[in-house]
Amino acid sequence: MLHVSPNTATTGIAKGEVLLSVENVSLRFGGVKAISDVSFDILKGEVRAIIGPNGAGKTSMLNCINGFYFPQEGHITYKGVRRQKVRPHEAASSGIARTFQNVALFKGMTTLDNIMTGRTLKMNVGLFWQLLRHGPAMREEIEHRRKVEDIIDFLEIQAIRKIPVGKLPYGLQKRVELGRALAMEPELLLLDEPMAGMNLEEKEDMCRFILDVNQTFGTTIALIEHDMGVVMDLSDRVVVLEYGRKIADGTPDVVKADQKVIDAYLGVAH
Amino acid sequence: MFYRETGQFKTNYADDMAIFPIRQDRIGIAIIIAIALILPFVASDFVLKTILLPFLALSVAVIGLNILTGYTGLISLGSAGFMGVGAYACYKLTTLFPEVNIIIWIFASGFFAAAVGVFFGLPSLRIKGLYLAVATLAAQFFLQWAFVRIPWLFNYNPSGAIEVPLRTLFGVPITGPTAELEVKYLICLGFVIGMTWLASNLVHGRIGRSWMAVRDMDIAAELMGIKLLNAKLLAFAVSSFFCGVSGALFVFLYLGGAEAGTEFAIRLSFLILFAVIIGGTGSMIGSFFGTAFIVALPTILKFGAPAIGIAITGATAEKIVLMIIGALTIYLLIVEPHGLARLWQIMKQKLRVWPFPY
Ligand SMILES: Nc1ncnc2c1ncn2[C@@H]1O[C@H](COP(=O)(O)OP(=O)(O)O)[C@@H](O)[C@H]1O
Ligand SMILES: [Mg+2]
Repeated sequence: MLHVSPNTATTGIAKGEVLLSVENVSLRFGGVKAISDVSFDILKGEVRAIIGPNGAGKTSMLNCINGFYFPQEGHITYKGVRRQKVRPHEAASSGIARTFQNVALFKGMTTLDNIMTGRTLKMNVGLFWQLLRHGPAMREEIEHRRKVEDIIDFLEIQAIRKIPVGKLPYGLQKRVELGRALAMEPELLLLDEPMAGMNLEEKEDMCRFILDVNQTFGTTIALIEHDMGVVMDLSDRVVVLEYGRKIADGTPDVVKADQKVIDAYLGVAH
Repeated sequence: MFYRETGQFKTNYADDMAIFPIRQDRIGIAIIIAIALILPFVASDFVLKTILLPFLALSVAVIGLNILTGYTGLISLGSAGFMGVGAYACYKLTTLFPEVNIIIWIFASGFFAAAVGVFFGLPSLRIKGLYLAVATLAAQFFLQWAFVRIPWLFNYNPSGAIEVPLRTLFGVPITGPTAELEVKYLICLGFVIGMTWLASNLVHGRIGRSWMAVRDMDIAAELMGIKLLNAKLLAFAVSSFFCGVSGALFVFLYLGGAEAGTEFAIRLSFLILFAVIIGGTGSMIGSFFGTAFIVALPTILKFGAPAIGIAITGATAEKIVLMIIGALTIYLLIVEPHGLARLWQIMKQKLRVWPFPY
């Protein structure tokens, strides 16, 4: 089993309290409004789904949360602190990890090295010992390798440990990318369409991993997904975006019954 | 001879993380080092002087550029310039403080090259690819200009050249006109082994992984908490350090004297880049293959072709060499970015499963 665990003790945010809140956020690219005045929150320990048709602004929302984009209006509060322009590496060190819609792995590196890279922030032995690869550097490397092997076991990817990820099939790449994010022991895990392009069996595996991560370690998860079945099964609450606006927010049952959501998904003309 | 990992089980992570996890590889390295130690005593002075010494000195720079280009994905055309910084730093240091051993100064000159490399690496945060190549080209031209125009660098020598002074180690001359070729070779070899060991330690650890992460997908690297500027500047520093040491070795142990305008010119920068590409980007062993190629090919053509009855002049050979290297580089860029190192891997894989095809 996986022995990594997010350091809940240091953050002081209890399960069920607000971990992150998005307040009146708007994001424009030139004339294109990707997000218009959207507010929602993510509670500690929940699985929060973000759904909506293509181009609704879901990925852009994750990009705002982890510092790739800076919204022109509104703000984001994380762990009770209202953030000014946060850079991606600062988001990372504050405990936000993420996977990408189009898999952003380090293609030339092995599965092992990709996941080891997820440990970067937790490793701090300096250049001198790194040059010698002895003493503290080797101890640190072994300690983190152990954690990474736990993740590899958890995700059942032992056989592809030493294969460059560029050579792996898409489904496995998505799994390695999840492993790399887990290696950061995040407090908030953002998953951008983790099951896109997978077959049924792979989807089931991925669902199991996501639920396990959430339940075993209490990791808060924000998930973008198109498969409504998956969303209904996995998530505690759902926020629905359409054309950059929020059109619904609530438990899966409530959202599913919402007329605006049904229209958006059935493609009714507006 | 059997090249197998069967029966060699790793019982702890340290063994599995060893740089040469297969026993035969470790034996292979030991044999190569043994041969390298015997070589100067069996090779002719001609081979020592025209092939082995430049091979050793340049391989350090090729490893250096491989760290920058192969591992971190940043292109540089300033390698010869950074080598020059090392050579001139070493010259100034040993003439200002002759009592300190030259070996220490050769190593220390790397730090000067590293500082200059970091300075010229600053634009790499903003610009990539071809534009970065142009920026480093500017560094190359500026440095070349400085080596010629700042007479303080060559101690106001009227010829404008570095003249390598006599320096000893335990009373044995190792630089200067009276030093034996064999001695110079062994000193160079020591540097090459040491620097290769440091480089391969580095690329197999956290720092090496951050470099490759920046190379493969910089936005995801940032999301792992890697600061792009730090990672890139460190790559420039380490890479230029290697180039600097290489430059000092090149002048003090191989050439014995140099004029910067001709030795550390853009042509050498290109050759080093081609060696990285031909040998294989992101591969230590490839760096040696690439260096061997660019060093040996000219000599083989110049002296080998007449030997089998093809009459070519030195100048023609020179041009043919550039054509072959250029064509091969373009071919490899398109077809096999991992260069000769990839062939080596394929061969090893075949050996591992031999006699079966897979
Ligand atoms: N970097 C960008 N530059 C310009 N437009 C962008 C950029 N990123 C996203 N957009 C635009 O923002 C809108 C929302 O995109 P996105 O967030 O990717 O949607 P989703 O993930 O919901 O499919 C789209 O119209 C898209 O074209
Ligand atoms: Mg998207």
